[in-house]
Amino acid sequence: MNKTQPATVPPAEAPAPLKSAPSRPEPRPERSTGSRIGALVQRQGVLAVLLTVILIASFVYPTFASVDNARGITVQASFLAIVALGMTLVIITGGIDLSVGSVFALGGVLAAWASPWGFFAALFVPLVVCGTIGLVNGLLIARANMAPFIVTLASLLAARGILLAFTDEGATTYLVPKDSAFAELGQGSVWGFGYPILIALALFGAGGLLLQRTSFGQTLFAVGGSSDAATLMGLPVARTKILVYTLSGLLAGLAGALNAARLSSGVTIVGVGMELDAISAVVIGGTLLIGGAGSISGTLWGVLLLAVIQNLINQIGSLNSSYQSVVSGGFLIVVVVAQRYLARSRRTT
Amino acid sequence: MAPTHATPPHPETAGAGAAVAEPVPVLEARSVSKRFPGVVALDDVSFALRAGEVHALVGENGAGKSTLIKVLTGVYQSDEGEVRVSGQPVRFARPFEAQQAGISTIYQEVNLVPLMSVARNIFLGREPKNRFGLIDFPRMNRETTELLDGFGVRVDPKRPLHTLGIGTQQMVALARAVSVQAQVVIMDEPTSSLEPREVETLFRVIENLRGQGIAVLYVSHRMDELYRICDRVTVLRDGRHIHTGELAPLERMQLVSMMLGRDMAEVRRDGLTGFAAEGHDAARTPVLTAKGLNRRHQLHGISVELYAGEVLGLGGLLGSGRSETAKALTGALPLDGGEITVDGKRLGRPTPAAAIRAGISMLPEDRKAEGIVPGLSVRENIVLAAMPRLSKAGIVSRAKQDRIVDIFMKRLRIKASSPEQKVGELSGGNQQKVLLARWLCLEPKVLLLDEPTRGIDVGAKAEVQSLIDELAREGLAVLLISSDIEELIEGADRIVVLRGGAVAGELAGDEVDESRLLEVLADHTPDTVNHTPDTVNRAPGAVLADRTPDAGPSDRTPHAAPGDHTPEPGGKAPAGQEDPR
Repeated sequence: MNKTQPATVPPAEAPAPLKSAPSRPEPRPERSTGSRIGALVQRQGVLAVLLTVILIASFVYPTFASVDNARGITVQASFLAIVALGMTLVIITGGIDLSVGSVFALGGVLAAWASPWGFFAALFVPLVVCGTIGLVNGLLIARANMAPFIVTLASLLAARGILLAFTDEGATTYLVPKDSAFAELGQGSVWGFGYPILIALALFGAGGLLLQRTSFGQTLFAVGGSSDAATLMGLPVARTKILVYTLSGLLAGLAGALNAARLSSGVTIVGVGMELDAISAVVIGGTLLIGGAGSISGTLWGVLLLAVIQNLINQIGSLNSSYQSVVSGGFLIVVVVAQRYLARSRRTT
Repeated sequence: MAPTHATPPHPETAGAGAAVAEPVPVLEARSVSKRFPGVVALDDVSFALRAGEVHALVGENGAGKSTLIKVLTGVYQSDEGEVRVSGQPVRFARPFEAQQAGISTIYQEVNLVPLMSVARNIFLGREPKNRFGLIDFPRMNRETTELLDGFGVRVDPKRPLHTLGIGTQQMVALARAVSVQAQVVIMDEPTSSLEPREVETLFRVIENLRGQGIAVLYVSHRMDELYRICDRVTVLRDGRHIHTGELAPLERMQLVSMMLGRDMAEVRRDGLTGFAAEGHDAARTPVLTAKGLNRRHQLHGISVELYAGEVLGLGGLLGSGRSETAKALTGALPLDGGEITVDGKRLGRPTPAAAIRAGISMLPEDRKAEGIVPGLSVRENIVLAAMPRLSKAGIVSRAKQDRIVDIFMKRLRIKASSPEQKVGELSGGNQQKVLLARWLCLEPKVLLLDEPTRGIDVGAKAEVQSLIDELAREGLAVLLISSDIEELIEGADRIVVLRGGAVAGELAGDEVDESRLLEVLADHTPDTVNHTPDTVNRAPGAVLADRTPDAGPSDRTPHAAPGDHTPEPGGKAPAGQEDPR
């Protein structure tokens, strides 16, 4: 700006105050080492916790640090990861999507139902239906100005209801044909890593680019940070919200379809409470529940942390697996308290 | 991204002064009207902005400035009339479309995203992309640094916005607005949160914009600023266009009287208000004493004394700190310094609860947002604040309630079908009376009234005014804030005038008249009173006599004797205009 100004404003006509050198009051601030570490911990703190837990567990439980176990954990985690990816985007806009658990289950049942017609039908049907549910969520939230909590709570119930009606209240179980290409998508692997893991990683890579390096991603942050400001800056707030809920529905449906492929059947009882796991993973990953800040990578670590904890409790054996929720809940609280503390200390520095 | 080359297609020569043939205005509103339920916010307003001029838009609260800006920038759509850009009729459905047309706006409240970095805020929605279509952050940060350097602001472009001072944030907003290839930049009170040094930077930027032929619409209530940088001025009042013309030849007093709708040569005391002509007998010792109320950017050492049985008027233009002072007295506005004493007892940490216990009640300015609960009945609204007094062990006595409600409905002549009617169904005047009743049944010692008659019809207005009169006669200490100058003069026994968050003068006894008040309202000292706390912190309650005489080279508009001039404010200013709402 200052380079171009003299060109357009001839010096003779320049107003007097311009001649005085602009005051440089605010020296370029050097961020203190402390605050930089604080920022790093806030961004990658979950990763540190995750690595610590893995390290300790590897020493204590030799069975934990096996390749087989790692495979098991990551495949299990990949479905939640895909759901949590959509949830991250939604939460960054300051919203919430409670419907993902039901949509996940519905996606699985629809995929299993459609799988006899081939690979593409098995993916297409759940994606269309689940994407539509997300679209309706988005329209109600963005255009009718309804609260995301209410809208997605309603679609949680609705999706579960559709699922029950479709399966005669769970009496009918649709099976995925053995050795079909679709079953392979859930069960096959490359170098021992199941396709669901690879798909999840690819989606996270794409999601990271989308969030950090595109205008759409910036708009997500802006909408979550200050919806009014985003509107006044002329950003497409409504369109962004609609898109993000549609994406969340699509991802939940895809995860459900992959899960059905892995299990070879459309299990109706999956996905209950999955939305809460996804929200936990997102929040543990450092994304603010009020929106405006967050990261894709944090969510990935959050999902893995939850999966590792579950696995550890299974390793201990003597511990009732019901305690898994207690431990996960405890981690959630610790992480949120730490986040708030860090945020405060960073604001004051 | 070369923002400054965004010079619009009109020639540079079409400057402010060169008006041989009237150039096509860059932005124009033609007979624009905008109504909200129950309010005409804009009534047939026409207004034109020329290229390369800095145009001041002034008016009091509710004059329609903000609504006009919002119509021009696509936040609102006008009900009638049209907006033209460079002669072409346009209709903006969203702010985005106005921005596309080259109109960019800096709002009074910083409208950026606090958690995002400086660079991201400046480039939101138009990020520079690399050849893969992804955002090019190095370039974005570099351009941000260059852009901000031009504003004399040095800041790390990666820093989150909320870690910056509010003034720096405002400069970032300014940088964003200017860098979007604008033909028109609208600034809504841009200096309200700026330090004097930053104000200088802003003025430099505005001079630059003018040099580039960009039109600036400048909204401010700070007279000094207006006279320093604006070429022309448009005055709005009560949603109507009052005056447009060159600013320099216009005297401050004339400008203020146009804003307030008062013709100075006119004779006063024509009995338009419901106040009795005679004053009240005030007590000797003050009920309420406030000393040195301080709050950054808003209040600078305000001291007020309020006696039982008097109505003290608190005058001042919009933004002078009137409402803030009243809020501070009720503990609703946290203070940086100062103390409040009621009946000799000091309020430790002023909170609304402590103030109510000490006997201070306040009728808030915004009835809807801060006062009534429209879904509750008249009875419930009245007894809301008195609940603790009317209940024993948590059980509310219905008989007591009914008695009190009955007394107040009669005394204040509240017109409702029954005490059980919902307040939301009542007229504005009756809602105001219900609120008044709510505070009166707490038996306060001090009653603060912030714009008690705004938005209510003429009849109810007179009734509320005579009620205020009665209450003071009964020994209540009343603080009256009003932008209705007539109400202030006729209702108040004394008037303390605020300007720029400090006491500018006090009128008592015979001094309480319109020309004196206008004089103090419009007055300015050679220094920039508004934003340098040092010069503002004068002796509290400084009376008119020791005001700095108007002198000095910077004073462009020396005062003429009151009544020396008869301005013609647009030809359509009825003397006692009634509130359109």
